[in-house]
Amino acid sequence: MPSKPSKPALIWLQGVTCNGNGHSFLNLPYLPQLLERFDIIYHPLLPSLQSLEAVSACTSRCDVLVFEGAFDPQMRRAGETLSRLVAHYAGEAAHVVAAGSCASFGGILKAAAPERSSGLAFSASEAAGPLKGQKHKLVNLSGCPVHPEWLGYTLMMIADGQPVAVDALCRPKALYSHLAHDGCLRNEYFEWKVDAKQFGVKEGCLFYEHGCRGPLTHASCNRTLWNEVGSKMRAGTPCFGCTEPDFPRRNLFETKTNMSIPEEVPVGVTKRSYLTLTGIAKSFTVKRLEERLIDEE
Amino acid sequence: MARQSKEERKESIIATALKLFAEQGFYTTTIPDIAAKVGMSVGNFYNYFSSKDVLAKELILYISEYLGKHIRVINERPSSTKEKIAAIVSLYFSMASERPEMIEYFLRIYLSNREVFGEQCEGMVCISPFITEMMIFFDDGVSGGELRDQDFFSAFGLFMGYLGGMVFLFGEKILPEPLSFYEASIAENIYRALKTE
Repeated sequence: MPSKPSKPALIWLQGVTCNGNGHSFLNLPYLPQLLERFDIIYHPLLPSLQSLEAVSACTSRCDVLVFEGAFDPQMRRAGETLSRLVAHYAGEAAHVVAAGSCASFGGILKAAAPERSSGLAFSASEAAGPLKGQKHKLVNLSGCPVHPEWLGYTLMMIADGQPVAVDALCRPKALYSHLAHDGCLRNEYFEWKVDAKQFGVKEGCLFYEHGCRGPLTHASCNRTLWNEVGSKMRAGTPCFGCTEPDFPRRNLFETKTNMSIPEEVPVGVTKRSYLTLTGIAKSFTVKRLEERLIDEE
Repeated sequence: MARQSKEERKESIIATALKLFAEQGFYTTTIPDIAAKVGMSVGNFYNYFSSKDVLAKELILYISEYLGKHIRVINERPSSTKEKIAAIVSLYFSMASERPEMIEYFLRIYLSNREVFGEQCEGMVCISPFITEMMIFFDDGVSGGELRDQDFFSAFGLFMGYLGGMVFLFGEKILPEPLSFYEASIAENIYRALKTE
């Protein structure tokens, strides 16, 4: 009888992190089926075959390395530096997955030691970090935190031996080619330039005044919903652009304008054509869009 | 004489209509007046514009595109905002001196007879090319740190209201000097009013 083929060995390591990506992963609806496809050598939150102490000896099997958090070469896990752990296991693995914006680009937690911390292969959009010469095996899943379905997609593709096509920032094209704006339920308000009067309501666009980065952010949050039900814009808060290398920005709830003109316009659109279109759209008042759709008073 | 193309005939109707509207007023100028001046039959005129209201809208679009095109050239220069203000003032005043019928049409017919333009020119629809370039000008000025950030229409009104007022005074023959005499001081005033502290 042929022996059962061995499953790929997965090690999940943490850099400077808030655990957000690990927790997000737990929300994957088909997590049990996904875990079945791997030997979980080590994960900080899930039952694992080995302890962190054992993994830190750098002798464990590793086909897939998932890394969460900003990379600080001097930080230690179970006595071993991240520098050595990442160099060893990334060298062993056929695939490295950066889970979240900190592991991808440095993110919020790069600020802990900005002079030496980075993502695995990028610091913001600049090449930097321990894997900047090994991008061919890296998949960046930026997001704060990473969307559980994006991790699920990537790990399932790896388990199935399928190639994952990536963009220039190593993000899967299938997940990051569209903008977070795509699928937003507020698009009618975007078209007619009607801003939201407040946060948390169903009516109005959050782009003009409230800082929404949806039209400037590569992500599929409104195509593949969070917890299968929602997204920030659907809940009435702006997209913060957390999948982009320039995250985090400042004044996240405000749109930067120059004399009422947005400083940045949607990706791929020139300011001149954007202003032409918005100037005309704003000339018309669509009464239905100016009012509450459901008057609860 | 070479036969005029359809586009050239259209241009010629636009230029003639602008002059007649400026001289005789919008309501007293008729389509037969315009057709006669251009040298075409009234029937043929309707091949170009289906009504006087349609012509009225085309004229404002024509002026807006003319202004927009010239301001765009200024916007794309690598010069300072102060120099751009001087160039826009100069452009506007040259136009008012050399082709007064264009500014007259804008000020006396478009802005004063909005009922003629109705829904087809709602809001910025007919003046979009011009307004867009002014937005680009202000946006560049603020992002370059030369102009103070404020509401667009507060700044736009100060700039264009001032120029429109001066051209109006010029048209009424109240100004003792030609418009060009005031160019430098007006550009300086606009710059000082809009610049960062």
